[in-house]
Amino acid sequence: MMGVQETELKVIVFQLQDEEYAIPVQQVRSIEKVQHITRVPRTPKFVKGVINLRGVVTPIIDLRERFGIEALPFNEQTRVIIVALDEIEVGLIVDAANDVLDIPVKSIEPPPEVIEALEADYINGVAKVGKRLLILLNLEKVLDNKKSVF
Amino acid sequence: MSQYLEIFIDESKEHLQTINEQLLELEKSPADLSIVNEIFRSAHTLKGMSATMGFEDLANLTHQMENVLDGIRNHKITVTPELLDIVFRAVDDLEAMVNSIAEGGDGKRDVREVVQQLKQIEQGEPPVVKTKQEPISAVPSLIQTYGEFEYNVLQQSKEQGFHTYEIFVKLRADCLLKAARVFMVFEALNQAGEVIKSNPSVELLEEEKFDQEFIVTVVSKETSEQLYQRIIKVSEIEEVTVTAIDVDQLRAGQGTQSQSTQSETEAAVTVENEEQKEKEATHKQTAANKTIRVNIERLDILMNLFEELVIDRGRLEQISRELNHPELHETVERMSRISSDLQNIILNMRMIPVETVFNRFPRMVRQLARDLGKKINLEIIGAETELDRTVIDEIGDPLVHLLRNAIDHGIETPEVRRAKGKPEEGTVKLKAYHSGNHVFIEIEDDGAGINREKVIQKAISKGIISKQNAVNLTDKQVYELIFASGFSTADKISDVSGRGVGLDVVKSTIESLGGSVTIDSQEGVGSVFSIQLPLTLSIISVMLVEIQNEKYAIPLSSIIETAIIKKEDILHAHHQKVIDFRGKVVPLLFLKDVFEVPVVKEEEEFFSVVIVRKGEKMAGLVVDSFIGQQEVVLKSLGNYLTSVFAISGATILGDGQVALIIDCNVLIK
Repeated sequence: MMGVQETELKVIVFQLQDEEYAIPVQQVRSIEKVQHITRVPRTPKFVKGVINLRGVVTPIIDLRERFGIEALPFNEQTRVIIVALDEIEVGLIVDAANDVLDIPVKSIEPPPEVIEALEADYINGVAKVGKRLLILLNLEKVLDNKKSVF
Repeated sequence: MSQYLEIFIDESKEHLQTINEQLLELEKSPADLSIVNEIFRSAHTLKGMSATMGFEDLANLTHQMENVLDGIRNHKITVTPELLDIVFRAVDDLEAMVNSIAEGGDGKRDVREVVQQLKQIEQGEPPVVKTKQEPISAVPSLIQTYGEFEYNVLQQSKEQGFHTYEIFVKLRADCLLKAARVFMVFEALNQAGEVIKSNPSVELLEEEKFDQEFIVTVVSKETSEQLYQRIIKVSEIEEVTVTAIDVDQLRAGQGTQSQSTQSETEAAVTVENEEQKEKEATHKQTAANKTIRVNIERLDILMNLFEELVIDRGRLEQISRELNHPELHETVERMSRISSDLQNIILNMRMIPVETVFNRFPRMVRQLARDLGKKINLEIIGAETELDRTVIDEIGDPLVHLLRNAIDHGIETPEVRRAKGKPEEGTVKLKAYHSGNHVFIEIEDDGAGINREKVIQKAISKGIISKQNAVNLTDKQVYELIFASGFSTADKISDVSGRGVGLDVVKSTIESLGGSVTIDSQEGVGSVFSIQLPLTLSIISVMLVEIQNEKYAIPLSSIIETAIIKKEDILHAHHQKVIDFRGKVVPLLFLKDVFEVPVVKEEEEFFSVVIVRKGEKMAGLVVDSFIGQQEVVLKSLGNYLTSVFAISGATILGDGQVALIIDCNVLIK
């Protein structure tokens, strides 16, 4: 077992605007439908508030607003992806959760420089799977709110 | 293995606690042999358990301690405070070893000195009745003691022509199914006679809670040789010794032992006591068998799951209202009732008696009193009062501080007390009781009390207050100064209660638990430190309010009252909206502005105001409507949203939605 390089990465693929993003499954706890969100005052605009996730109060981030994309009203497709990073557990609002994929590690490339500067910060790399282009999300950066709007 | 280890650690701690408690009892009544027996029992079990688990040092030290106890039991050694000091030290060592094991260590510790001291005690006394009791002390674990009932059985058996044998059985070290071998031995013996008693007890043997050896007492008509043959046939047995016992001698032996120091009547009393103790012990055991240990995490999970159920209950209630189906309605109502009962039970499961904290104090007080040359009697009242586990975990250190404070600064030395006409022995009362939604813990001493002038002088010299302020202070306010940081009233700084660093920490710890601490004192008569604590940290009483379309919870502990005021009653002072509330000017805070709530409703002619306080200061929080009072479960907002302004946490309401809890302390400036 040891020493063998992992050749495939299992990811959850989700939709945001026209693009497909990917998060490694290890970081994903669950995928939920949108439920009642309680607004938390005096927090950054992209923090939509908190939800009751099976008894645990979980903060919710709207990824559209986090990336500076125009916010849309939620619809039937809208999903909340609960992610966990270290001690932090947060829900990300996305347009839709599309797929679970195994992508070859070899197919991952560093982020292209042409992508908008703001967004490039949140990206670990880009993977080409067939005709699809998956953007690998850098969760650390997405959840790091120390240097943003506060 | 790890699962056994956990049980081992828990039980060892319990036994050590028993030993601690009983040793303190023994100090009070050194002649009471039933106490020694109690200690002996615990020590013996501990020895057996640690040997089984392979903790040699632990077993050795316990064994040595057991020998001393045996000496006491057989009147070879008399109980003195010095002796108890050493035994206490041994117990401390044992505790340290158990703790080390609990923390994943190997439980090894250098105990040679203590062992040496114990050995000296054991041999120190001239062996007065040596000839008779030699075999007993040589193999203390080989001889069984018999209760009155068992003795009677033996006596009757003898009259019917049975012989009594004590059989020592040792299993092979590599024996795999110990319980099975024990069963086979018992089976073999039951064919020949009847097993009267076994050591360790049958339950322990069945659970394999013993080392390699055990002793059974058997009545049988067969000879010892026949019995030996029966047992040795069982495989995996290393050694069997069958000893015939003369029941009359047994009785006589016990009799003389008691008589050697006590009169006949007293001996009878001891026996009776012992019997009673034994009964109590069995009683305790049955009670203990009905409880199980549950990891607190599991209870948290249970609680969370239950909350989910509550959410669905809310939905069901709503659906049944909409459908207006009588049968569904009835069922849902029943379910609601059951689930609220369930909620009570789940919450209660997290409650444990303060005893778990209190029981370590007698030792501490004894040690302190000896160190300081004071005589102190610690009275504990209401140890059975229950508190939430989380509060219990936090309350220990503040209490230690306050107790030390009372003993060091409160209680005077015996000479001073005599001069004042007080009894030499000072009394410290530790009292816990429920009242409403709170638990009170009081520490009362009949010591010197607080000297107002001394405190004021000190506070001025430390720059805590100014001279002008000092004159107008009430007694209460003066006592409060003791909790200011950098304060110490004792002229002589001792290492016992520190340098006044403690008390301000005590206050802040208690306040962080949502409680408060107050002092009452009378100079020359004594002081009372009174701690008020919420019953539980996870459940608080709140007032639910609505601000536009959002719901917020305000802790009842900070609310004075609610009021509805007219728009024209609002006054302006320094650009601040205020109201005249019962003769006081109270600033108004519009929560919809503070929390930037999206406005969807028209402003009305009347305002609903919640008057809250922080210490002496007050504020009026303007909301749109009051929903009502409710008990809620306090939840944190998680690690992502840290330090949200004026929000101390969140709670999940009956309908499954999250409501934020307002932190009034931040809002009042």
